[in-house]
Amino acid sequence: MALQPYVRLPGRIWHYSFLTYCGMVFIFLIAPLIVIIPLSFNVEPYFTFTPAMMSLDPDAFSLRWYQDIIDNEQWLQSAKNSIIIATAATLIATTLGTLAALGLSQPYMPYRGIAMAVLISPMIVPVIISAAGMFFFYSKIGLAQTMPGLILAHAALGTPFVVITVTATLIGFDHSLTRAAASLGATPVTTFFKVIMPLVTPGMISGALFAFITSFDEVVVVFFLAGFEQRTIPRQMWAGIREQISPTILAVATLMVFFSIILLITLEMLRRRSERLRGLTPA
Amino acid sequence: MPQDAATATASIITVDGVPLKTQLNRANRRRRIRAVLLVVPLFIFILISFLIPIGDMLFRSVDNPVVAGLIPETLAELDKWDGKELPDERTFETMAKELGLLQIDRKLGKLGSRLNFERGGMRSLITKTGRKLKKIMQGPYKEALIKIDKRWGDRDSWATINLVGLRYTGVNYLASVDLRVDADGDIVMQPEVRQIYTLLWMRTLWISLAVTVFCLLLGYPIAYLMATLPVRTANLLMILVLLPFWTSLLVRTTSWIVLLQAHGVINDLLVWVGIISEEGRIRMIYNWIGTLIAMTQILLPFMVLPLYSVMKTIPKTFTNAAQSMGATPAWAFYKVYLPQSVPGIGAGCLLVFILSIGYYITPALVGGEDGQLISNFIAYHMKKSLNWGLAAALGTVLLAAVVVLYWVYDKIVGIDNMKLG
Repeated sequence: MALQPYVRLPGRIWHYSFLTYCGMVFIFLIAPLIVIIPLSFNVEPYFTFTPAMMSLDPDAFSLRWYQDIIDNEQWLQSAKNSIIIATAATLIATTLGTLAALGLSQPYMPYRGIAMAVLISPMIVPVIISAAGMFFFYSKIGLAQTMPGLILAHAALGTPFVVITVTATLIGFDHSLTRAAASLGATPVTTFFKVIMPLVTPGMISGALFAFITSFDEVVVVFFLAGFEQRTIPRQMWAGIREQISPTILAVATLMVFFSIILLITLEMLRRRSERLRGLTPA
Repeated sequence: MPQDAATATASIITVDGVPLKTQLNRANRRRRIRAVLLVVPLFIFILISFLIPIGDMLFRSVDNPVVAGLIPETLAELDKWDGKELPDERTFETMAKELGLLQIDRKLGKLGSRLNFERGGMRSLITKTGRKLKKIMQGPYKEALIKIDKRWGDRDSWATINLVGLRYTGVNYLASVDLRVDADGDIVMQPEVRQIYTLLWMRTLWISLAVTVFCLLLGYPIAYLMATLPVRTANLLMILVLLPFWTSLLVRTTSWIVLLQAHGVINDLLVWVGIISEEGRIRMIYNWIGTLIAMTQILLPFMVLPLYSVMKTIPKTFTNAAQSMGATPAWAFYKVYLPQSVPGIGAGCLLVFILSIGYYITPALVGGEDGQLISNFIAYHMKKSLNWGLAAALGTVLLAAVVVLYWVYDKIVGIDNMKLG
């Protein structure tokens, strides 16, 4: 994209306006995340920058909204619920999803197309429809307004990501490796742990992260399926936006942004490791 | 074992004394079974936790047990009714008796609500009749009921009861596109005040289209920029795309409220700069504009990622070659680069469009009144009006649309090729 020295004035103008446009799009993408961070330290209960904040007066900033989270029983409870549900759902989704991906990527698998379509359907169906269906059915079998019900629902929504990422790491998997292991006397279980696992682990972890964030960020199913005791962080935020909007939400949001930054870094490191392992790029 | 195959490989026998072909078939079958066994647990899990609930919902859109269960005998009488005049005295009598029983069981409200979904005013008719029913000791019931409320003398009320009494019904689907069945059994438009779904479907479509177009207009240039920059710089810029992608939807929606509201950051900034006056603050949220802006930002990464992965594979030398042969940069882009990026455009647009038409959270929080989409009405009928049949019918139509679009997506892009992150 470097500007060549022979480019004349119209070309230069075009080049710089293009860069400016792109810059504005990037600002559009990222500004909403940046703007809430300083606002969450606002001493006043407003959602905007006060003149004192603009002049960087230290008195205009405070941690009171963060204190609010810690003092608030509801936020703590919902954080606990979120973590329990997301962890349990991720475990189920990762185990079942990885096994299924291993089956799907074998050349002997019959009806692969149909099986794949069914297994990733929870990702395709709009979440409001999934939530409605689950609400009817789970109420019928007594799983509505229970933690197991929510875990089950979120696990279902998370499995497609695991199936897709693990299948992707298995593309180009050399099946003679397992045969080689078997010919050297390894049992299928040993082969799985010694040969297949190390290769699919990066895909498995990134799939697990996707499943985790799907559950952690999910609000529609929770909205339909959860009672007051099973409220999660997003559900609590939803209530906050709808009912009593206070800067505490911004403090929570800021924490969530940092949480996603950590997730993003983890994923990026995994991706690099996976590429290195598969020899796609030199180390 | 087929005869011809046996002769072809008859010479090759394994140490066990079995023809190799048989052995091989056996081994392949074992492998196939093993592959299927690996998939089965997840399959069953998805079936129980997801597919059966969805099927249950689809069934609910035609299932109609309420009225049929509450007034079975009246409905049996109505079966003999020709629908031209008022029903006969026997029908009125059974109706009065069954309403009386329902009044004792306190189930009149249930009947009234269900009838009211189909025809306004039926709830009040039923409850009013229930209240005054004890005055009627004996017949003729026809006059007595009409005396309580003259709507009993209206053929349409009876036609509605007869229609809603069907055990399985398609009225929910008709209602989902503003149609209804009138007293003569013809399909007609809903009265004007009740026509909302055509408008809603149109709005959902055009907001989804607008979001898709904006995402393309914003996403194409930055994907192009990243594809032409050195990898290291492109990866840095990629973080700016991926970070919003990974950030909670509610966080991003909250931020848009903070930015766009009347006393929010953008309005404050505009007032401070002097572009607008204190009174002239722009209303950018709690209407369709807010929905559009927030949805575009939220779905933009889904456009950029497929575009970028296609553009990365387009060699820069092609446009250079075109220019060296006399094409202007714009012409070279249009003739050489753009056609090669079309798969990315297709994938990105379809993905964004599919995600938009089922969108719920953002319109619900920032949409106000004219920014509500079809999903929001599904939720409304689920949670508030409790017209679950209609909610299920709307959901089924939406689901059908999404499935068709995904089918197209699968044909063009391939679901297997979906990239995550």
